[in-house]
Amino acid sequence: MTDFAALSPLVAVLVALLAIAGAALALIGSVGLLRLPTFYQRVHPPTMGTTGGVGLTLLASMLLFSTLEARPVVHEIAIAVFMFVTTPVTYMLLMRAAVHRDRPGDER
Amino acid sequence: MRSRLPFPLLWLSLVAMWLVLNGTIAFGHAILGMVVALGAVLGLRTLQVPARRPRKPITALSLASVVLYDILHSNVAVAAIVLSGRRHGRAGFVEIPLELRHPTGLAVLACIITATPGTSWAGYDSRASVLTMHILDLVDDEASIRAIKERYERRLMEIFE
Amino acid sequence: MSDFLSVSLLVAQLMLALAMAFAVIRLLRGPRAQDRVLALDTLYVDAMLLMIVHGMRQATTLYIEIALVIAMLGFVSTAALARFLLRGEVIE
Repeated sequence: MTDFAALSPLVAVLVALLAIAGAALALIGSVGLLRLPTFYQRVHPPTMGTTGGVGLTLLASMLLFSTLEARPVVHEIAIAVFMFVTTPVTYMLLMRAAVHRDRPGDER
Repeated sequence: MRSRLPFPLLWLSLVAMWLVLNGTIAFGHAILGMVVALGAVLGLRTLQVPARRPRKPITALSLASVVLYDILHSNVAVAAIVLSGRRHGRAGFVEIPLELRHPTGLAVLACIITATPGTSWAGYDSRASVLTMHILDLVDDEASIRAIKERYERRLMEIFE
Repeated sequence: MSDFLSVSLLVAQLMLALAMAFAVIRLLRGPRAQDRVLALDTLYVDAMLLMIVHGMRQATTLYIEIALVIAMLGFVSTAALARFLLRGEVIE
């Protein structure tokens, strides 16, 4: 489709493996979100997507574009830092909300 | 207004980040990056976060590598639980008495625990300084408490207290 | 070799699309509001990854900025929703 022909086989295989592993972690995270029985258990699997999934996919992207453009492309680091800072905030707010709403006498 | 530049290290890393993201070390970009980073640190100063010079960089590095290893390890562990549907223990809450008091240290600990699949931060009582967390595969309460205290809390206390 | 990479990236995209579908099912099924917010959070992370992989397949870095925008909007919306569940109002 595009100019992947210029890539060395080693880089191509590495990028492919990283991208598929990252996507697999995100997919398993969503499967867990769907399959696990209670909310407190369902909180855990999506974290795989936000740590391993994001990390591996961004590594693949950095490797691919740095090789294609023959210069270090590190825009992905901005996303990685942003995700690392924001994910705990969302999850902690959500956990606190769940604990708050599960208090006895709160019928919602 | 103090004349000293607030958060000099943060300012320097913001400028570096700006140059790396733009992919140049051109003079104009360096000036622009410095101005933007100055705005950021001045804005941060109005939030009055407790400034803290990083101490013990070696301990911080060892903490980072331990956290990276644990995140990778628990990614695989949680994936195995989701795919097989089997686990060693049960899911449950654990209460951990903490000795760590520094707010930044607690924030970092919260980030670590939430970022690791399989453990999540469920609450913190600042008066009793007891942390409640939820663990997906809880085999032994005592072992989990010891792991948190020895792997993360001890290093965080060295860095922040 | 270039075909191999294109096909692999396509497979990764399909896996991410499936992950988004599962998140949507959880979003619709609930049962409680916190489950739906959690599903929304998962949905936007998966969508962001899909954008990055799409950009890799098109060999353009343009989609990284799009992914960053998705990440920012997703964070703000889920944080606001979680806060709404906690307090019943977003701004006090």
